[in-house]
Amino acid sequence: MTAYILRRLAFLALTVFITSLLIFVITQLLPGDVCRVILGREVGEGALEACRADLGLDQPAPVRYFTWLGEFLRGDWGSSYSTDAEILPLVVDRLNNSMQLGALTLLIAVPISVALGVMAALNAGRWADNMISIFSLAVVGLPEFVTGVLLIQFFGFPSIRGDLPFFEAVGRLLLPALTATFVLLAYVARLTRAGVLEELRQAYVRTAVLKGLPRRVVIWKHVLRNALLPTITVVAISFGWLISGLVVVENVFNYPGLGRLMVFAITRRDLPLLQAISLITVLGFALANLAADLLYAALNPRIRVGS
Amino acid sequence: MLSPSPLLNIEGLNVAYRVAGQDLPVLREISLEVLPGQTVGLVGESGSGKSTLALTVMRQLAANGVVTGGRVEFDGKGLLELTENEMRVVWGRELAFVPQNPATALNPAMRVGEQLAEALRLYGAGRAAAEARSRELLEQVRLAEPRRVARSYPHQLSGGMQQRVMIALALSGQPRLLVLDEPTTALDVTTEASVLDLLREQVGQRESSVLYVTHNLGVVATLSDRVAVLYAGELAEDAPTEDLFRQPLHPYTRGLLDSVPRLGQRKEQRPLQGIPGQVPRLRDFPNACVFAPRCPLAIELCWKERPLLDAPTPERRVRCHRWPEIMAGEVSAHRGEVKPIQRAKQEVRRVLNVEDLKVDYPLPSPFLQTLVCKSPRAVHAVREVSVGVSSGQTLGVVGESGSGKSSLARSVIGLAERSSGRVELLGIELPARLSRRSREMLSHLQMVFQNPEEALNPYLTVAESLTRPLIRLRGLSTNEARQQVPDLLAAVRLPADYAQRFPGQLSGGEKQRVAIARAFASGPELLLADEPVSALDVSVQANILNLLAELQVERQTAMLLIAHDIAVVGYLADQIVVMYLGEFMQVSPAEAIFDAPYHPYTEALLSSVPPPDPFVEQKKIRLEGELPSAIDLPGGCPFHTRCPRFLGDICAQQTPPWRETGDGKRIFCHIPVEELVQAQEPVLRFDGKRRTQR
Repeated sequence: MTAYILRRLAFLALTVFITSLLIFVITQLLPGDVCRVILGREVGEGALEACRADLGLDQPAPVRYFTWLGEFLRGDWGSSYSTDAEILPLVVDRLNNSMQLGALTLLIAVPISVALGVMAALNAGRWADNMISIFSLAVVGLPEFVTGVLLIQFFGFPSIRGDLPFFEAVGRLLLPALTATFVLLAYVARLTRAGVLEELRQAYVRTAVLKGLPRRVVIWKHVLRNALLPTITVVAISFGWLISGLVVVENVFNYPGLGRLMVFAITRRDLPLLQAISLITVLGFALANLAADLLYAALNPRIRVGS
Repeated sequence: MLSPSPLLNIEGLNVAYRVAGQDLPVLREISLEVLPGQTVGLVGESGSGKSTLALTVMRQLAANGVVTGGRVEFDGKGLLELTENEMRVVWGRELAFVPQNPATALNPAMRVGEQLAEALRLYGAGRAAAEARSRELLEQVRLAEPRRVARSYPHQLSGGMQQRVMIALALSGQPRLLVLDEPTTALDVTTEASVLDLLREQVGQRESSVLYVTHNLGVVATLSDRVAVLYAGELAEDAPTEDLFRQPLHPYTRGLLDSVPRLGQRKEQRPLQGIPGQVPRLRDFPNACVFAPRCPLAIELCWKERPLLDAPTPERRVRCHRWPEIMAGEVSAHRGEVKPIQRAKQEVRRVLNVEDLKVDYPLPSPFLQTLVCKSPRAVHAVREVSVGVSSGQTLGVVGESGSGKSSLARSVIGLAERSSGRVELLGIELPARLSRRSREMLSHLQMVFQNPEEALNPYLTVAESLTRPLIRLRGLSTNEARQQVPDLLAAVRLPADYAQRFPGQLSGGEKQRVAIARAFASGPELLLADEPVSALDVSVQANILNLLAELQVERQTAMLLIAHDIAVVGYLADQIVVMYLGEFMQVSPAEAIFDAPYHPYTEALLSSVPPPDPFVEQKKIRLEGELPSAIDLPGGCPFHTRCPRFLGDICAQQTPPWRETGDGKRIFCHIPVEELVQAQEPVLRFDGKRRTQR
């Protein structure tokens, strides 16, 4: 197991390294001149040259790449072209916000969708199953800006209420988290339903029934443990998406997350900021993926314990 | 004498499967009794409804299965009327089930000990008592190291060990009736033998009743007090085991018994007599005898009227119009004298020559190990074996799973690459890699696979499947190839209009015939048959074996026959190789394989196969332990870790010599032939009395 984790970590480092290269190449290929964006149109060649030299843009690409990577690893993420603010604290702050939103979303989405999925599977083909299918499909079919706006209409724009910082945070997070929940709901519920149905067909379930075990023990102890394995990995992976992919939700609720910061960086051609966010996002996805695999291995004795 | 009241009493049971709004009948008017302490064998081929019957008794019929009539009484109470909640007290405590495949029947995510203890707690044991008792049960089913087994997950155990766990589980509630559904079919013969021993011992001690569902006549002959024969959803015959095997009254039972090769039966002496046709898939039960279309004794009456379930003696029941004549010996369902299949002319030329063939499957090696240049580990499937086959001859290769028999065949045909050694076809060396072999080489080397369901492309008609080798390997035009299709079909005794059918429209036996026709189409010099009949029903199996033998004689083809069933190989082959852990243990003429002296492994193998005849006495030799890993092979003789005749250090450390016996065998063993002759008696002996094991 240790060897497995080490190997996975090595692969993770490799993945992040390669994507850092990709990010660098792509951002360098972006059309437009940063110094023109910073200094405006009406500026002389001399000032532009000075600006480029200042930002190190006159260096050859490989030099710039390794300089950037080295500084990034040391924690010197530079400052934003457009706001002059330090990038590291900015990104960390937004990452923190995004993670709060992501965590709350999972906290709401997972129990509800797993419960719905299990209920649908246990009643497969009956009206409960059909209702759940229709409901979750209807919800997932609506774009986030529609569900988000509907929620705001219904509950009012989340204002900062309450005295305790905890409740204040929850109040601020609740509606965006609910909106994101709707996106995950159908997907996770369907996956759970399929997983449970698949396991119910297995011979070991018959063995459990024929021991004389009550149905609830058969379901909770035997079926769910195996059926939820694929769900768990998908949930873990989706955490990566929740952190950086909630651009629309964050915009609707004016929530200061990583997604919105990325859009900002793109529109301003703020390369250092964009590079930093991209790399953090990739790292987030890679870590979520790793967590998913480790969780799967930990819960599945066929992988955890060799024969 | 007042017979005790039955523990299980099935009366007039009708079961159907509801498919697309229609009821497809599977069981019709089944009546069957199991007395306390009795073992009843329920025999049938696929489609007979035997598993459906077992599942109905267990109240585990598939969701679309409906009982359309009849009763199942257990200890006087109607099982079918109980609610699911009421069944929960019956399941496990009164009625237990052991399924066919133990690998899927245990929860993969739960330790074996807990799966047992959970049941024991349900039956009233405290936490600690349940744990102690589950270890006790694991010990009773002869699992070494019960503590370790209890802590293991199912995937850490071998198939035989898993099935022992399932048996322990079935016994945990002290049930009065055990329903066993092909519990040893997925196991190797030597494992099967010890699991059957265990079942007999445990059932005997507890005086439980058993309903044993199987297709294997050998197993019923060994274990059961009574045998019920099911055919196409009906009870054909039900009789005490000795009576049934001594004088079957139903022509179908007779046909089954004549279809199974006995140990030592040979094609040129006593050819098998298969039953023509196949088990019908009924949409409706006819108002006639269901067996009439295949019955050699069918008369007009059989087509017009359904026979009643008669009782020729108080002990027996049979559903046949002609049982009185059969019983009186006036008619017989024996298919007369079948023409013996000639052996091929003496060796004409060497077709296949294999020298020092070695097959390794390298294991994926960890990244770090590759860096430090450790040589990659490998599964050593075949280890430097040499053998040859001449035209018209059959070389049979027998072995259990993991013996390397399939790897041997696959490396000859090129599906697996050999690691070293030579393979020559007609004196020309065959490249190891399939892509390097010429079209001519490919056309001379053809294969029949185990599972005809998977071996034919479902989207090609029979004609298209048959013309492909002609076009691609022999270079014929499409038209020329098409002209040969009728001849090919005729050769495998299929009607010419089958050419336009798709595989989905054929039965398993017919598909295998097409596969054989395809293999013979390119005019091969060597045919490889890898378990050609093991996926087929017994009654069809015999016809396919005879077909292979006849075609081979007609065409003087050399054949390499791979099978786990030593009786099948003994029937068809001229020379037999016994493989164990990638090496040959014994090479012998087929006639001599059943006579002592044997290699100790051959001896154990022969004594493990349950003979389909209760009057054959069989010596009991069982192998201990598990097959060693093919990655880290044992030194010395590969069989030394399990050999019942283990001598000592010499076996563990030195490679054994090849020893010649008087009757043409070669045995790979440290024990001198004279000593083997002294020590061994024949494994099988016929003395007309019910089998007791020696």
